[in-house]
Parts: sequence; C-alpha cells; structure tokens
Amino acid sequence: MILHELIDYDILRVIWWALLGVLLIGFALTDGFDMGVGALLPFVARTDVERRVAINTVGPVWEGNQVWFILGGGAIFAAWPPLYAVSFSGFYLAMFVILAALIVRPVAFKYRSKREDATWRSRWDWALFAGGAVPALLFGVAVGNVLLGVPFYLTDSLMPMYPGNFAAKFLGLLRPFALLAGVVSLAMLLMHGAAWLSLKAEGDVARRARSIGIVAGLVAAAGYALAGLWLALGIDGFVLGDVAAGGASNPLFSEVTREGSWLSAYADRPWIAIAPAMAFLGIAMAVLGLRSGREVSTLLWSKLGITGIIASVGLTMFPFILPSTLDPTSSLTVWDASSSHQTLFIMLVVTAIFMPLILIYTAWVYKVLWGKVTEADVTENSDTVY
Amino acid sequence: MEIGLVELSRLQFALTAMYHFLFVPLTLGLSILVAIMETVYVMTNRPIWRQMTKFWGTLFGINFVLGVATGITMEFQFGMNWSYYSHYVGDVFGAPLAIEGLMAFFLEATFVGLFFFGWDKLSKVQHLVVAWLVAIGSNFSALWILIANGWMQNPVGAEFNPDTMRMEMTSFFEVLFNEVAQAKFVHTVSAGYVTASVFVLGVSALYLLQDRHRDLARRSIAVASAFGLAAALSVVVLGDESGYSASHTQKMKLAAMEGMWETHHAPAPFTAIGFPDKEARETHYAVEIPWVMGLIGTRSLTQEIPGINDLVAESEDRIRDGLIAYDALMTIRDQRDATPQSVRDTFEAHSDNLGYAMLLMPYVDDPREATDEQIAMAADDTVPGVAPLFWAFRIMVALGFSFIAVMAYFFWRASFRQMQFPRWSLYLAVAIIPTPWIAAELGWFVAEFGRQPWTVDGVLPTAMSASHLSIADLLISLAGFVIFYTVLFVIEVRLMVKYIRKGPVQDVEETEAWQARHERRLKSSGVDPDAGVATPAE
Repeated sequence: MILHELIDYDILRVIWWALLGVLLIGFALTDGFDMGVGALLPFVARTDVERRVAINTVGPVWEGNQVWFILGGGAIFAAWPPLYAVSFSGFYLAMFVILAALIVRPVAFKYRSKREDATWRSRWDWALFAGGAVPALLFGVAVGNVLLGVPFYLTDSLMPMYPGNFAAKFLGLLRPFALLAGVVSLAMLLMHGAAWLSLKAEGDVARRARSIGIVAGLVAAAGYALAGLWLALGIDGFVLGDVAAGGASNPLFSEVTREGSWLSAYADRPWIAIAPAMAFLGIAMAVLGLRSGREVSTLLWSKLGITGIIASVGLTMFPFILPSTLDPTSSLTVWDASSSHQTLFIMLVVTAIFMPLILIYTAWVYKVLWGKVTEADVTENSDTVY
Repeated sequence: MEIGLVELSRLQFALTAMYHFLFVPLTLGLSILVAIMETVYVMTNRPIWRQMTKFWGTLFGINFVLGVATGITMEFQFGMNWSYYSHYVGDVFGAPLAIEGLMAFFLEATFVGLFFFGWDKLSKVQHLVVAWLVAIGSNFSALWILIANGWMQNPVGAEFNPDTMRMEMTSFFEVLFNEVAQAKFVHTVSAGYVTASVFVLGVSALYLLQDRHRDLARRSIAVASAFGLAAALSVVVLGDESGYSASHTQKMKLAAMEGMWETHHAPAPFTAIGFPDKEARETHYAVEIPWVMGLIGTRSLTQEIPGINDLVAESEDRIRDGLIAYDALMTIRDQRDATPQSVRDTFEAHSDNLGYAMLLMPYVDDPREATDEQIAMAADDTVPGVAPLFWAFRIMVALGFSFIAVMAYFFWRASFRQMQFPRWSLYLAVAIIPTPWIAAELGWFVAEFGRQPWTVDGVLPTAMSASHLSIADLLISLAGFVIFYTVLFVIEVRLMVKYIRKGPVQDVEETEAWQARHERRLKSSGVDPDAGVATPAE
C-alpha cells in the first residue's frame, strides 16, 4: 500500500499526538464527571433515595463514558507502542490499583440497588467512592510523574527496564509534585462532578454538590497555579537534540539532555499560553456558575477548564511524551515513539470514519436522557433503575 | 520447573483471560437472543415477549457488567505484564484492539445504558434498534479481538524492521482477512451462542420442572433450541475449519493436539483415545480411526501431516538459520546507518527465522554462542505440552457434538411435539448449564497453550515477551486479582440465582391492555372471544 504516503510521517505523528490529547480530554470530560459523582457520593447524598438519585444521574451513561478510557489504552497501544509498553509496566502497581478501582466501579453501579440490604448498599457506595476518587487522584499523580521524568531506560533491543524494588518504585511515584498534580486532578473532577449533579439532580443533592464544587474549583485553580510555579522554579525540563525528519521510531536514535525548564516552551511558542488561560477562565466561570446556580453553562465552563489543564500539560512538554530521568536518551518523544507510517495512516482513516459516528450517537443518547433525575423517578421505578 | 517471572506472568494472564471469558460467551449469545425476543415483541405486540426481553435482559445485564469490568484488565495487561511483546508487535497487534474500541465497544457500551433505562423514553422500534445495536456491538467486539488473537496464531501481513527492532505492518488487509482469524471468529461467537442457548434452555427447564412461568419458559426454549441448534452446528463446522487452517499455519499445535509423534503416510489416522507420553515420544494405547485426521487436516488423501519429531528437526534448522539473521541484526543495531548493504541483505534473507534464534535466550545471553546441545534443547522447547492438549481438545469436541444432540432434541420437541418435554430431558437441560463454559475455556486453552513456546507463533517467544517486573510485583497483583475476582464471582452468581428465583416481572397493566385490544380485534373479525381465546401468554 502506498496510500499512506499521502500524509507525511511527521505530520501523522503530530496528528496522533493531538488525537492522544483528544482521547484523554474526552475521557476526562465524560468519565470525569462519573468519577467526580462517585467521589462526591458520600458527601452530597445522605439517604438511600438521595444516593440513588446521584447514582442514576450517571447510571445510563457511565458505561459509554468509560470506553474513552479503554479506547485511550487501545489507541496508545496502536499509535504509541513504546509509550504503552513503558508506562503501564513502569507504573505497574499504581496501574493495578487503578484497574481494581475501575473494575469495582461498574460492578458497584450495577449491583448496588439489586438488594434491599442497607449494609450491602453502603458497601457498594464506598466502592463507588473509591472507584471515583482513587483513579481521579492517581491519574493526576501519573501525569505529575511524567512531568518529573520517570526512572526507566531502554536496552539496545528496546526492552524497557525499571531498576529498583517494587516498594521503592511504587512509593517513588508519590513525590510531592506528583501528589500536587494528583490533588489538582481530583479537585477538577470533583468540580466537574458537582457541575453535573447541579444540572441533573435537584434539591439537597444539587445544593450540597454546588457548595463542594466551589471549594473544589478553587483548590484546583490554586493547585494548578502552584504547580506552574513549581515547574518554573524547581523542576528541570528536557531538551531534545537533532532528529532526522520522518526518522525511524527508535527512541535511542536521538539525544536528549536534561536542562532548562519545561516552561521555556512558552517562550518558544507563546501561543500555547492559551491553554492555561482556558484552564483559569473555565474554572473561574464554573465556580461563579456554581455559586449562582446556572446549570448548563457551568458544566460547559467546567469542561473548558479541564480541557485547558490537560492540553497545557501536553503542549508544555511537546515533543516529549515520556521523559526518562535514568537515561534521558531513552525518553519517548513524538518523533521517535510512534507506530509505523502505515499503521498511523490506517488508524487515522478508521478514526476519521468512526469518531464522528461515536460523537453523533453519544449526543443522541444524552439527548434522549435529557432532564433531571428526581426522587420520584427513583422510587417509582425502584426495580429497574440503579 | 522453577517458577519465575515469565511463569507468573503467564499464570496471571491465563487466570484473568479465562475469568474474562466466563462472562463474554454469555454476553455474545444472550445479547442476540434478547434482541430476537424483542423483535418478536415489536412484530406481534404480545406482552409476554416484552416480559421475556426484560427478564433475560436483566440476567444479561448482571453478566454483561462483569464482562466489561474484567475486559478492562485485558486491555491494559499487555502493557503492564508483556511490555516487550507490546513494543515488539504493537504496530500490528494494537490496531485491531484500538479499532475494537472505536467500532464496537463504544457502540455496545453507549447503548446498553439506553437498553435498560430507555423503555419509557423511546418508542418500541427505537428501543428495538438499541437492543440490536448492543448485540451487534458485542459481536463486532469479538471480531476485532479475534483478528488480534488470530494474528498471534498466524502472523501475516507484517515484517521485522531492524531499525525500530519490532514487527511492523505491511498489509492491513492480510491482517484483517487472516484465515485463522476469520475461522476463529465464527467458531468463538457460535460458541457464545451455544452457551447462551444452553443457559436459556436450562433456566427455562428449571421453571418447567418447578411449574412456574410456563409461558415464558416454553417460548424461551423454542427460541433457544432453534438458535442453539444452528449455533452448535456452526461451532463444529468452524472448529473443523480451524483445524484445517492449523494444518498449514500451526503444524506443531495440530500434531500436539493429536499426539502424533511420527509423520504418518497420507492419509493420517485420527487418534480417538490414547495416552501421549512426552518422555517416550509415543502415544500409548492409541485407538486410531483410519484416514480421518488426513481428511480433516488436509482435505485430501495424499497430503502428509508432519509429526512432532519431524517438526522438531525442522525447528532446529530454523534456529540455525535464525542465528544468521540475529548476527546481522546485531551489526545493524551497532552500526545503524553505516551498516553495509550486504549485511542488511543477509538479514532480509533470514529474518523469517529470527524468532527461532530468540528461543535460545533462556539458555544463553548471546544466542550466537549457543552450543549444539543448547540448540537441540531450544528445538525441543517448540513442542507444547502434548497430553494436556490432546485431552482438552477431545473433551471440547465431545461436548461440542453433545450440544448438537441436545439442541436437536429440544428443537424437535418444541417444533413437532407441541412443546411437551419429558421430565428427564428437563433435568438434563438444567444439569448441562455449566458445560458450554467448560468447552469454551478448554477451547481457549487449546488455542493458547498450544501456541507455546510462542506469544506470536514463530516470531516472538513467550520467555522474551514479559515485562521486567519484580517477583513481588507479580505476587501482589496475582493475589489481588485472585481475591478480588473470586469475591466478584461469588457475588455475581448469587445475584444471578436471586434473579432467576425471582423470575420475570408480570407487567399487569400492559397485559390487560393487550387483552382488551385482542378481544376487540377478535370481535370485529366475528369470532366469539369466549370460545377458546388465545391468552396473551400464548
């Protein structure tokens, strides 16, 4: 097949780098509010009916939302195999904890209200809480670690290696900056979940969600600003040497040094400042919206804020995807960690066909489900809803 | 055998994959059965069919969610535990996995919520479309997963790129239309349809034995036995197709399944029963049926099927040839762009056997320094465990044929004997509920264990594929999965039992409305409604 020559290899790589961002943002915007609602559950809903209202606001959609995560994994595998190989094995135990949380969450949604027993339900409520809060925190910790650099290296045969024992590796992820990133991530998804509940629920649930959401939004903004300051003052960036245009995807072919600051990207490409601007604007407007009780616009502003935060990480690091502290040369970048020219092209064609379809039918499903979930909805359909 | 990192990684993968496949077959089949029932409901407007759709739909939901939850592990486990594999073949293997998400999983997961929550929000036809989209999505999922797995069995459409040290796709269409993948897909989804049919049949039989929900049970048996019969036939036919493709793509797996040590002159006999002995390299007390193996494997009377001993000798040749490729690859790796063209040509000429040279890795750090003895040992390693394969295959096949018999019997009673089922047959139907799962798990065992010592047949040895984690990492995650999955399994089964005991929810209002409409219709067509009216249940 020669069709793939139609699009330059390096352009395809940039497109797939952007698509990676789109998938992560899609995950955060959709499954993000599911996780946020889960993490808010014990605090915004006290009685069983209230809890069921909160759960049923996401009941029909969490399953589709979660596919953004699965698809993210699949797309990283297909388009960035070295990233898939290095990151998931490097963060092994952290990934295991995330998987456990994400496995228990679907089951909790489905099984919680299948029995009347109060103990049964309360256990599943805690599972929903953990299934929301733990991944929300750990995804942020992972991003923080990526910015700090990860202690791995590649052998000559490109086998990923991570020296050190398991406990040191797992605890090593919990560095102060990474924890800060985790707090930002958790706070922004709490704000997002609150914005969702404010739209889909009524009465006490919505009111409590709004007051927690305001605090969460402020924490997210402050933490994000602090993280920016920390990056400016205390964390080294990485610099990529010369790379051959359209070169082979072998990370060892390019030289990387550790110097300067990540934030020098803003001097080289000033336009990327739009991302942090979006982040602050979105959060500020979402917080104001939560205060004044606006519903649809608040959710949209919250989405803008989250988009800004995630996009700013990618744009700041470009072209780095996963820098290595142990052997900077092993660092994965946009230019040397992708799939082959042909695979990237085929996957782009498939994505161009199916992504619009997905967006259309997902929008239709949300339209069908439009409207608030009330306590009456839950009590009258007690057998069929969650 | 010393339990090392690779063995633990394999154990974890096997456990999580086989656990995942406890839920998948029922999802595949039940999604379609439920959609068929709803189709009948929309066409006839009879409330009983809506009741059936909702009842089986509830059980589908309880099962579906665990299939989804355990599938998450599958999607990430390659990267977590098989990082060299992921690097080595991600360019080819990752594509079908990603397409599965885009094309199939998004569809089923987005609409499954609407299936359960949309009864009052959608029109009948809209809801029916949603049910079919869930069923189609699930089945398309299986297609892409099996394209990925089929490539591990028969790696077509890809070649090794020495600059990136990995396999890269050369033809997407060859990967897509891989004959192994196509045969496996139909074989696997049919097995799922059989599983769901046996499940529906068994639960319905239980109701008949208890004299409950007779209307729902009899109709469910009618649907399940017809669908199950077609599926059971398809499983066996496509299983045969898999055997045929294995005869030219995975000769060693086929020979091991048959316990066939020596190449037999064509047409080879089929060993119905015997006791394969890997030490002595023979199958004791073999009961052979002449010609059958040759016919299944080659569909001819003249082609030979090579035996294990000849295949080991062939492996040894391929290891030696692969060493030439390996040597050239080391030069390319060190000299990069400065590599002389002649070395690159040498590599190209021998690269098909590169994977065989890597079989030496467990014995020696640099395969080029391997002794003759080590080469012989590595060649021996290409023989998978013969006896387990031999038996697993035979039990699976026997179960496969017995499903045809059971389904045919119930189909006959349902179609031509006024749905009268003798009690012994109902007891039988209840008793065999677990058997399709056993057959399905054995099928995966044959497919995956039979592929050893490779993760990708002839390309990448399993021993090279695993992540360099610590044993402690593996022990923690393995213990975690075992405890976690056991708890979930117990909860799932108990919920299933609870909902089967509870039975369908009678939809009184709709049934009465239907009855009124039905009587009006009968009156207007001049029939006396009191004289032997069909009740909505019939």
